[in-house]
Amino acid sequence: MRHLYEAQRAMRNMRQAAMQRGVVAILDIGSSKIACLVLRFDGPERFRESEGVGSLAGQSQFRVIGAATTRSRGVSFGEIEAVQEAERTIRTAVHAAQKMANVKVDHVIACFGGARPRSYGLDGRVEIDGQIVTDSDIGRVLAACDMPDIGEGREVLHAQPVNFALDHRSGLVDPRGQVGNELAADLHLLTVEGSAIHNLLHCIKRCDLELAGIASSAYVSGIASLVEDEQELGAACIDMGGGSTGLSIFMKKHMIYADSVRMGGDHVTKDISLGLQIPMATAERIKTFYGGVVATGMDDREMIEIGGDTGDWERDRRTVSRAELIGIMRPRVEEILEEIRARLDAAGFEHLPSQQIVLTGGASQIPGLDGLASRILGQQVRLGRPLRVQGLPQAATGPAFAAGVGLTLFAANPQDEWWDFEIPAERYPSRSLKRAVKWFKDNW
Amino acid sequence: MLAMKMRRDPTPSRWGYRYQRWMLSPVYRTLIKVGIPMTVAGLVTAAWLASPDNRATLVANYESLREAIEHRPEFMVTAVAIDGAEQRLSDEVREVLGLALPLSSFDFSLEELREKVEALNAVESATLRIKPGGVLQVHIVARTPVAVWRGDNGLHLIDAEGNFVTAIEARSDRADLPLIAGDGAEDHIAEAMALFAAATPVWDRVRGLVRMGERRWDLVLDRDQRIQLPEENPVRALERVIVMAQSQDLLERDVSVIDFRHSSRPTIRLNEQAAAEMRRINAAVSGTGN
Repeated sequence: MRHLYEAQRAMRNMRQAAMQRGVVAILDIGSSKIACLVLRFDGPERFRESEGVGSLAGQSQFRVIGAATTRSRGVSFGEIEAVQEAERTIRTAVHAAQKMANVKVDHVIACFGGARPRSYGLDGRVEIDGQIVTDSDIGRVLAACDMPDIGEGREVLHAQPVNFALDHRSGLVDPRGQVGNELAADLHLLTVEGSAIHNLLHCIKRCDLELAGIASSAYVSGIASLVEDEQELGAACIDMGGGSTGLSIFMKKHMIYADSVRMGGDHVTKDISLGLQIPMATAERIKTFYGGVVATGMDDREMIEIGGDTGDWERDRRTVSRAELIGIMRPRVEEILEEIRARLDAAGFEHLPSQQIVLTGGASQIPGLDGLASRILGQQVRLGRPLRVQGLPQAATGPAFAAGVGLTLFAANPQDEWWDFEIPAERYPSRSLKRAVKWFKDNW
Repeated sequence: MLAMKMRRDPTPSRWGYRYQRWMLSPVYRTLIKVGIPMTVAGLVTAAWLASPDNRATLVANYESLREAIEHRPEFMVTAVAIDGAEQRLSDEVREVLGLALPLSSFDFSLEELREKVEALNAVESATLRIKPGGVLQVHIVARTPVAVWRGDNGLHLIDAEGNFVTAIEARSDRADLPLIAGDGAEDHIAEAMALFAAATPVWDRVRGLVRMGERRWDLVLDRDQRIQLPEENPVRALERVIVMAQSQDLLERDVSVIDFRHSSRPTIRLNEQAAAEMRRINAAVSGTGN
């Protein structure tokens, strides 16, 4: 715990340094593509201590000045598998983005989707020293949350206070300065496998970059594609990526649950490749051009040339109807959605006041997916696109870039995490002295 | 459908990536784009200048270039034109300028020349400029003498402000100007001029003014007559003398000194012969009277 706190603290300091320099890179490490955005922080609000939401929801303070995407290698299920290959891919993306931005980037904020995220809800309560809640009280109450057994080799990715309760009043966003006796906090803890973080750190270090922050891509996709009322009232964001499908549930502007399914668009492609006996690249192309999940009578007559390069005429002139293609894709997409349904049920999603579900990510662009999803997940399903941020190229505004865009928002306005508050020092002697003085005052 | 060709790996090499990052950092970029070219240029120049022959050539080239530009006909002065001065003064000015024409205008300073010319007594002020066509135009405002001053070292002309203009050989050279003498006379030229103006009725008899004891004037007339004027308000005293001269023929009489130093007690001194004659007449008158 202690070392995690220190490591995250160091990352926060790195983020401060990046803000001072004004340039930071965003790295969305996915299984099918790696996107790198270069942000410049020099908006009109850079030096303004703004209370609440600034103009353009605080997004006017940064601008995307470089963007690059590259096909990812060495990443599967949203986690780095081959370090060398992944490092080369990251290098390609950073190189191109730097070239476009014409500025050197030293700090990078990264997100990834896989590594088996697991959510925990913790709570802690403490007596307040004085009458008024201070920063140190919040640090104490967060430290008072009892740590669950997160398992061997796992690391904490997010530890966000989502709710504060002061005596009998719950649902406080910021209890500082309020008067009360007992402070309770709910903490949402997200853990991932430590090896994924270590691999990522290693890759980024090999690229001569410094890691200034790390986030779960399910979380940042939710930031980017859920609108404000959805975040407030309760909604789930389903980020359908290449190798994994992330799920994050938001309530009262906080993420309260995150999970991921180790299946994604690449599995659909693999099914097509297997079923039609064609290479992956061709399968990907056919999926993108002709894919779908709802077959109609018209689709029986639409023939797709699937080709081949064996030299055998019979094999190279094969065709397949679109209905057949849909017949291959649909079961896999259904399987992914069923899996998501199971995770949502496990999380108790049906108890939320609003049960909006937003589909985003590259695989959510399959035509007819919203119809299929509403049959499996519930009636309130929509397709989400990420927010528009300044300077983002048109090519990077699609749902496939939800995590990248969400990460820019995360970089600009990070959520308070447990390590943003001072951990209470173990000042046992001074406290006991204070207690003695208090006892004297009360009794004499 | 065409077979997918194996594409080249787009990944930059480690060193390529590092090189790009170096080039994007401002320090290295400035160093490479400015620092290295300037260093190379500096080294080449230093190496070339290390040889004394090269340095000498460089200096010689520079000198000859400078010479060539300075001696272009546009910059040459071939003549000196002096106006506002009569022949003698302009000769003097020419001598003072001491220019060996033709001369490039870079070789002398007009300001220095002007100071030299203005150092001459006879010149009140001078304006110098180089006119197109290589003519050094000297415009001189000469001092106008108003009196001749006789001092220990000869005769000088003097202007209204008391500046010496020039020396003259003989009083007859400027017989038209009145004569002034005595220590400190040159500081009170204005008063002297006023006195001369007042003395106009007896002008043909005036020899000159003498400053006595650096405080008052004596008007000297011919026949060794002398009018001693007071320190205060000498013009008024002189006017009284003139009035007396006109009404009583004072000056035609055999009087040697008319003392007006004290205005309430004017005194006259007779010549010896006149005094004797007067004594004789007085005696005769008193004798008969007795």
